[in-house]
Amino acid sequence: MAIAYALDFEKPLAELERQIEELRRIGDERGIDVNGEIGTLEDKLAIRRGEIYRSLTPMQRVQVARHPRRPYTLDYLSSIFTDFIELHGDRLFRDDPAIVGGWARLNRQSVMVIGHQKGRDTKENIKRNFGMAHPEGYRKALRLMQAATRFHAPIITLIDTPGAYPGLGAEERGQSEALARNILEMSALATPIVSVVIGEGGSGGALALGVADRVLMFENSVYSVISPEGCATILWKDATQRERAADALKLTADDLIRLGLVDEIIPEPLGGAHFDPDAAGEFLRAALIKTVNELNKVRPEKLVRRRHDKYAAMGSYADA
Amino acid sequence: MAVMAWFKKERKPRTAPRERLEIPADAWEKCESCGHVDIREKFQKALNVCPECNTHKRFSAEEYVELLTDEGSWRELYADLKSGDPLHFEHYADRLIAAQKKTGASDAIYTGIAKLDARPLHLGVMNFRFMGGSMGSVVGEKIARLARRSADKRIPMVIVCTSGGARMQEGALSLMQMAKTSSAISLMKQAAVPYISILTDPTTGGVSASFAMQGDVILAEPGAVIGFAGQRVIKQTIGQDLPEGFQTAEFLLEKGQIDDVVPRASLRETTSRLLQHMRGAKIKTTAPEAAA
Ligand SMILES: [Zn+2]
Repeated sequence: MAIAYALDFEKPLAELERQIEELRRIGDERGIDVNGEIGTLEDKLAIRRGEIYRSLTPMQRVQVARHPRRPYTLDYLSSIFTDFIELHGDRLFRDDPAIVGGWARLNRQSVMVIGHQKGRDTKENIKRNFGMAHPEGYRKALRLMQAATRFHAPIITLIDTPGAYPGLGAEERGQSEALARNILEMSALATPIVSVVIGEGGSGGALALGVADRVLMFENSVYSVISPEGCATILWKDATQRERAADALKLTADDLIRLGLVDEIIPEPLGGAHFDPDAAGEFLRAALIKTVNELNKVRPEKLVRRRHDKYAAMGSYADA
Repeated sequence: MAVMAWFKKERKPRTAPRERLEIPADAWEKCESCGHVDIREKFQKALNVCPECNTHKRFSAEEYVELLTDEGSWRELYADLKSGDPLHFEHYADRLIAAQKKTGASDAIYTGIAKLDARPLHLGVMNFRFMGGSMGSVVGEKIARLARRSADKRIPMVIVCTSGGARMQEGALSLMQMAKTSSAISLMKQAAVPYISILTDPTTGGVSASFAMQGDVILAEPGAVIGFAGQRVIKQTIGQDLPEGFQTAEFLLEKGQIDDVVPRASLRETTSRLLQHMRGAKIKTTAPEAAA
């Protein structure tokens, strides 16, 4: 199966892939054995892929995080959770398909899983609004989180959004209030909360699912207060300076660890989570099981107190 | 004692000087909304609200402190907190120094303890002149400390908000200040200590999506622009012009997003009365008013 190398820095990989396909076609057509040559090229491809993916720039990581074939929340829900029952609606306005959630089992334990959901194609993206939720999406998420707390189940949130949707209806229905409420309530929910940035962690719209006891990031995910394009537009009036902005914003998983804002990095297969979604899923599953098990041992009141203390310590200032 | 120099400086009485025959050109002020021209003193006496069209022009952070506290009662807290440059973000260090010079403030919020109608109050006032009132680590830390102090000492908190949002130059650290402030305010909710947030022009982004929208009561000044997304971004996203009055305080009131729109001249009294309700304290009985 050919992998579509869609990103600009993957061009050498796409070229090797093309050569392999070509060889294979010629071999088939003429009935000659080209396995040796193909093997050599495939080795070369794997080495090159490793080289490229081991030294991604911040902007390249943003591109991988946004990759159209990257696994999304529903993919992980079907690959590493069982017994998933999706629950819909905020009970106030409508169901927002940009956020999905419901009961599921992780290693036999009932958990509440909530995550942003992007679409795979244009049609689905229109439905999912490219993973940009309206207030009702955040209100549904809070409703489900409160239900989880009531029934003593851990909450797992999967973060993958460019940001909360900036539109007329979203503003009318109180996007600010919805985000502010989730952030406040999550800080005090008396049940374990684990958040994982699986792709794009876009600003307040990400944080509104991301106040947690443990925050994990996939190796090629990003978490930022503003998109590199938005930052470049504001600072230099030029969205094409996004590389410079991505460097400056310190938005990679390594950066966030260094800043003390996330707890753990989940590795990805070489070539990114989209290159081998099953392997990515296994890494995620292992990290979640370990983390949830640790949190299960802590009394809820203690979890909440620790969570408050953890956020109270985030910041960089001098107290002269 | 942490009484600020600006505080003493601002203590001048708000009375107009004797009328002079010659009024110097720079003593006049023009309202940008309706074109009304008046003596600057008159604008000042009206708390920088146009006497003709009621447009609420910007009011300084120092002036809000004066407006919302009993004279001489204000004591600034956490004044020494200074921002770092954790990302070594280009020009951030210089911009901080420039903003400190320009405003005389250490960062984009004053926090302190004061009295309002003889009752203790924790007050935070954001300063739009300091990097657009953006929230970085210092703003987050000051609000979080003030809120925790409120919960501990059972002193109500009022925050006058104005901000373009999170401070980009601090990256994800500034984003996390939304969680930090919210977590501290949740402690106040648990302790049932009242918090009033007052939204002034403009209040957007990470500030509106955190403590600004978490008040037990949320008030806004007339005409203030309040919202999550900036208008330029929304226009770009939806590809059409925004309706008249979109994201104004009046719009938010109509949509059920805030408790009331309160003119600047009534802010002090409204805040004081609300706090008395939420404290459960009795309003002092006053002698019946004489018929006018
Ligand atoms: Zn006017």
